[in-house]
Amino acid sequence: MVDSLEMRYGSKTAVDGLSLTVARGSVTAVLGPNGAGKTTTLETCEGYRRPQRGTVRVLGLDPQADRRALLPRIGVMLQEGGAWSGVRAEEMLRHAASLHAAPLPRALLVERLGLAACGRTPYRRLSGGQKQRLALAMAIVGRPELVFVDEPTAGMDPQARRDTWDLLRELRADGVTVVLTTHYMDEAESLADTVHIIDRGQLIASGSPVELTRGGRVSTIRLVVTRPFPPGAPESLTEALGPATSVTVLDPLSLLVTGPADGSTLARVSRWCEEHDVLPESLSLGTRSLEDVFLELTGRELSA
Amino acid sequence: MSAGTFTPAPGAAPLGRQVLSHARMEARLMLRNGEQLLLAVVIPVIVLVGAVAGSERVGLELDAPAIDTFAPGVLALAVMSTAFTSLAIATGFERRYGVIKWLGSSPLPRGGLLAGKVLALLLVEALQVVVLGAVALALGWQPETTAVGLLSALGVAAVGTAAFAALGLFVAGVLRAEATLAAANLVYLLLMAGGAVVLPANAYGGFGDVATWLPSGALGEGMRAALLDGAADVTSMLTLLGWAALGTVLTARTFTWE
Repeated sequence: MVDSLEMRYGSKTAVDGLSLTVARGSVTAVLGPNGAGKTTTLETCEGYRRPQRGTVRVLGLDPQADRRALLPRIGVMLQEGGAWSGVRAEEMLRHAASLHAAPLPRALLVERLGLAACGRTPYRRLSGGQKQRLALAMAIVGRPELVFVDEPTAGMDPQARRDTWDLLRELRADGVTVVLTTHYMDEAESLADTVHIIDRGQLIASGSPVELTRGGRVSTIRLVVTRPFPPGAPESLTEALGPATSVTVLDPLSLLVTGPADGSTLARVSRWCEEHDVLPESLSLGTRSLEDVFLELTGRELSA
Repeated sequence: MSAGTFTPAPGAAPLGRQVLSHARMEARLMLRNGEQLLLAVVIPVIVLVGAVAGSERVGLELDAPAIDTFAPGVLALAVMSTAFTSLAIATGFERRYGVIKWLGSSPLPRGGLLAGKVLALLLVEALQVVVLGAVALALGWQPETTAVGLLSALGVAAVGTAAFAALGLFVAGVLRAEATLAAANLVYLLLMAGGAVVLPANAYGGFGDVATWLPSGALGEGMRAALLDGAADVTSMLTLLGWAALGTVLTARTFTWE
């Protein structure tokens, strides 16, 4: 348990009795919509905020009491900012490196994160993606054991995004623990060993992406109708489809069926529509994604 | 496990190296910034030349040659511009842009950050003294170079830096970045004109007695006593220490790093 991060953080508003553990040497994604409490949780681990209730341990240390011992061992990428407005990328990275005992070669990071293109441009005139990449470089230049990255690819173009993902995977391969927050499904799905889904300050699901999506074998049928569903619709549809499926009403005009999307399920859905005088507008099939998991658990869209 | 590129090897650099690196960074940024440079060097030079030329024209009654009176005052002005205005503005924007926040997650401790800032101030002030001193000497300045005078000047500059830096950090800690920018510049202008920095307190008539209790007046009078009379102005130094203590308490009570 020394190897793991255990947190119980209680506050009425942002984070409500949240407990989660991060395995060393893994990539863990904290996934949730904006305002779910991701950043608050992260900043408590980083020692910026004092837990009002509960305890936080990072690498076995108390982020408040053992701050000085902890900080050299972790790297932090803030969601935004963190550099002087007039500083050049290379200068900022040099300064970050100079605070550490055995920093990574700067040239390596400049090359891997495409920072050479920043040249002598002051920080305030760098593009959003360049700022993000510089912040990531600043977080890892000290060879940390653990890095916290807050929305690492927000605002990046697809190529920079893939490069960043590759880098984060490489960090894990070399034994660095990575904790990232994101509100991008695909980021969590493709990067994380473990995903913690947070909503309204509470942990609502944890597991590997495969576990959470139940192996991807289970699929979804999304039914959109022209008139609001009749009363008791989800119950009667659940009854018609049998126990292997579940039904989630998304809004008065659409619902999501999770289960084997085979011919028999489809046939039952159509028959149910006919019997209940429901006029389908569209019927679409899909593989169950983390997005659907989130939808089922909260009844809301993640990206909303 | 074989060592990969990113295999962890965490650790803080020795504190001294961190502080030096931080001081170098802040000093470089301060000197690169055009507005800061204007405040640090250009305005004091203009004030020095203007005051010497102007006092001859209006026939200002002074106890000593104009340049000998104004040069120590302009050095005091330079200290005020860097320790108060530049520091407040820079720190205000550091808070705004999350620089201090990020540094809070780095191995650099808060004490080290403060030490780095002070060292950066002293570096910039040293450069100001070189430039302004050279201009003043070229204008015929003949400073009192006794040991007491020079040591007193250093002492007054040190406590003056402490007083203005503490007040500057207080302003930067309680106001937003833009408000800090405005307030720091306004206070600088007001003190430059009416705070007995460049002009001796006795040139202000009755207000002069009040002005010597201001940090600006104490700094100006202290510098003039040291470099004009070769004397240690203990009252001014104690006044500045008082302001430094007040500023430190206010800053400690109110400053937030974000």
